[in-house]
Amino acid sequence: MKFGVVVFPGSNCDYDTFHVLQNIMGQETVFLWHKDPNLKNVDWVVLPGGFSYGDYLRSGAIARFSPIMTEVKKFAQAGGLVLGICNGFQILLEAGLLPGGMLRNKNLKFLCQHVYIRIENNKTAFSNAGKKGQVLKIPIAHFDGNYYAPPDLLAELEKNNQIVFRYCDEQGQMTEEANVNGSLHSIAGLMNKEGNVCGMMPHPERASEKILGSEDGKIIFQSMINYLEKKMGTRKKKKVTATRPAISSLPPIIGSF
Amino acid sequence: MIDEKILADHNLTHEEYDHIVRLVGREPNLTELGIFSVMWSEHCGYKSSKVYLKKFPTKGKYVIQGPGENAGVLDIGDGLAVVFKIESHNHPSYIEPYQGAATGVGGILRDIFTMGARPVAVLDSLRFGPLDNPKNRAITDGVVSGISGYGNSFGVPTVGGEAYFHECYAQNPLVNVCCVGLAEKDKLFFARAQGVGNAVIYVGAKTGRDGIHGATMASAEFGKETEHKRPNVQVGDPFKEKLLLEACLEAMAKNLIVGIQDMGAAGLTCSTTEMAAKAGTGMEINLDLVPQREAGMNPYEIMLSESQERMLIVAEPEKVKELQQIFNKWDLDAVVIGRVTDDGQLKAYFHGELVIDIPVKAVVDLCPAYRRPTKVPSFIRKISRFHLPEILSDLNEVFLKLLSSPTIADKEWVFRQYDHMVQVNTMVLPGADSAVLRLKGLKKGLAMTLDGNSLYTFLNPERGGQIAVAEACRNLACVGAVPIGVTNCLNFGNPEKPEVMWQFKEAVEGIAEACRQFDIPVTGGNVSFYNETEGKSIYPTPVLGIVGLVEDTSTVPSPGFLAAGEAIVLLGENKEELGGSEYLRVIFNLEKGQPPALDFDLEKHLLECCRQVIRQKLIRTAHDLSEGGLAVALAECSFHSPKKIGFEVKLTDPIRTDALLFGESQSRIILVAKEKNVKKILALARKLKVKARVIGKTGGRKMVIWHRKKKVVDQPVDLGYNAWKNAIPNYFEVKKD
Repeated sequence: MKFGVVVFPGSNCDYDTFHVLQNIMGQETVFLWHKDPNLKNVDWVVLPGGFSYGDYLRSGAIARFSPIMTEVKKFAQAGGLVLGICNGFQILLEAGLLPGGMLRNKNLKFLCQHVYIRIENNKTAFSNAGKKGQVLKIPIAHFDGNYYAPPDLLAELEKNNQIVFRYCDEQGQMTEEANVNGSLHSIAGLMNKEGNVCGMMPHPERASEKILGSEDGKIIFQSMINYLEKKMGTRKKKKVTATRPAISSLPPIIGSF
Repeated sequence: MIDEKILADHNLTHEEYDHIVRLVGREPNLTELGIFSVMWSEHCGYKSSKVYLKKFPTKGKYVIQGPGENAGVLDIGDGLAVVFKIESHNHPSYIEPYQGAATGVGGILRDIFTMGARPVAVLDSLRFGPLDNPKNRAITDGVVSGISGYGNSFGVPTVGGEAYFHECYAQNPLVNVCCVGLAEKDKLFFARAQGVGNAVIYVGAKTGRDGIHGATMASAEFGKETEHKRPNVQVGDPFKEKLLLEACLEAMAKNLIVGIQDMGAAGLTCSTTEMAAKAGTGMEINLDLVPQREAGMNPYEIMLSESQERMLIVAEPEKVKELQQIFNKWDLDAVVIGRVTDDGQLKAYFHGELVIDIPVKAVVDLCPAYRRPTKVPSFIRKISRFHLPEILSDLNEVFLKLLSSPTIADKEWVFRQYDHMVQVNTMVLPGADSAVLRLKGLKKGLAMTLDGNSLYTFLNPERGGQIAVAEACRNLACVGAVPIGVTNCLNFGNPEKPEVMWQFKEAVEGIAEACRQFDIPVTGGNVSFYNETEGKSIYPTPVLGIVGLVEDTSTVPSPGFLAAGEAIVLLGENKEELGGSEYLRVIFNLEKGQPPALDFDLEKHLLECCRQVIRQKLIRTAHDLSEGGLAVALAECSFHSPKKIGFEVKLTDPIRTDALLFGESQSRIILVAKEKNVKKILALARKLKVKARVIGKTGGRKMVIWHRKKKVVDQPVDLGYNAWKNAIPNYFEVKKD
């Protein structure tokens, strides 16, 4: 199976996501350049965090017009699997692949900190490796993560079990304090009705190694791998080993001219 | 044509002007004068500081590049190099806090990636006026937002730093930004215009009229009116900087670049003249080809603009096309504006006319150096002696008050606005003694810290400088790191005042001595003079940025208590030293006395002892003692504890109780260990001639300290934690009625 990480010019979690998918989860991973209308036959698309095109306008508002997004939309509409993390979530909202929108955080400040989220629905492609009600420690880092949707839409999201993750405290209780950015219904992550597109504000790639304080983020990536393995049958896995990790601070050559 | 007024506007003296005429061989025109004025400004030319900066040790086994390049470079093995430097952006941040601070970050990032390194961490040292004043709050808020806005978007984690609040910074906030980058050792790039005939290429953002004379502005004190200086501040575009980073690193990886320099202070002027001077070549450029944001710019404006996110590259002519393709891929301009020549002159054409023709060596290397007069300030004698006040009866109250002093209080309000985790390397989060980054795929890690206590330096500049170095080394030792290189940012008042110059000289000598003692080379830094408004100077504020190497990241201890029932060991000695303490300042409004003494041999042994117990995995928590002394350090261990574990400590030292609790004696570290390891720790300390003893135990929900059988501190952890945690947010919270 093959993962594709989209690189917008202002993406800054692209290498991080690539690193975790390839070196920690052991999956074949490729970069997808924003100007290339080509998904390179990937099985899964991840839109990473960052500031896509600077985000001086609403976060993700420009990204939805990029050539790669035309492809991602077609891919999603055909049932392809898409995960948007942070800015990736914002882009999915702007592109209309997920419902609702984002407001500035309730304290009007950028927030970078560890938060707790609860798995609300574990029967999804993004959470099946966890238990329902399980509390995960995963960091957030965003300015616009205050999820908003009109009441009827919220009711529909609840009814359809589209809410995958909610902010909670360490014990799994939903409190106003734990809902640091002010999202309605404490929504931290949600999926579309069909269940193939998911967006989440917390960064699972920042919580996938013990040395960084939490490995809970791996549950999300493992869920995706489980789902694909099941879907693709027992096809032999292509073994991928870590490549030159020490120098991974330097850029691999990405995209084409 | 050049008259009194023009010279005054350019901050040049008559002597300096005569010198310029001799060097150029004729009267310079206005553009040429502007070039000399910025390059010979204090900010770029270091004319008052040069003679003293020579005292720093600059060589050592890790050094690849010392002072003189865009940043210092250290060899950390495994083919990797650390590139790091600190810069100040004080003046702009006072005039326009958001953009001033943002472009401060932008500038230092370029200094790092211009050498071929990817920036992996930013730290900042911030100094503001007291937060009870709304203007100081506005500046604090603006600066923090600016750093956050730029660094977060660019995608570099801001992993640490410090924030102090003091009246002396009310009209002169300090914003010092340090950046650390990682490069492959054999793929470093330098600011040299080598190879006659090579192309000179302008890349990045277009040139506008912003920031003209920024460097000159940073080289003069402010009067009452600073509003009109607002156009001197540049405006940052972190998205463009990110594009520039990726494009530059990609071009470097493909070996398309001969030399490269960022256009920071003094923009095109600085990059052209410095690159040519360093290579012993000349340069010829056509100003009409410089990408411009607005119409009608004249040569003076084009040469002196400090528009951000620009670089100058020298490349072989046959590689220009491929280079341009890379920059175009990242949607950036890359325009050949000239070529490298062999006559040592900078020649610039504008509308077909030769408008600049000056020797680059003169501009870059022949800036006059001054040994300005120095004089011991008269206040020094007065402040060094004083009577210690009576001990207050309720030390619990004093303890809480200190914990909520903004200088000591939790800085989470600041650092949670910074993305401190991007790039997934941050092992130790902000708020601890040092930030620690793991290096992917390697056992070792990188530690870094910024330190400087300006009250100490005010009371005794030499010792203040020494303590800043020692404190930084101690912070590094607390994560098990060996210091390997120093960068420093020296923030002072007007060097034309002999008293300020004395402070500078003394502080530099103190830092130099300490660096020699600890055997760490200085690889670069920055001097910021003229931090004065309406004749009032800041306290002398040297800020030390030190990078350390952690041999094995799996041994890095936590800054907080991890379990109850563990032994608390104190390394070092409690002395009756209260001079310059946060305790005297906050509780009695006294800024007097001598800062604590520093014994280099003792400190060296202490650092070694701390590193060894960490290496041998004998402890799980380590924390150094600084502002607020022993009581505050212990409290911080409780606050950093995930479960907010308390402690009980029993002391019998024959000194005043307030000095014992809040005195800031140097060379002390708290270690926390399981009972079974205590013997080994004490034995190791004895071997290294470091005083060590068990002073108490972790556990419970209270913070308790006994002195000679009397309970002198007894507070619930929660109460102290809330005072410490909420002190800074309380100033900013919108009160709901």
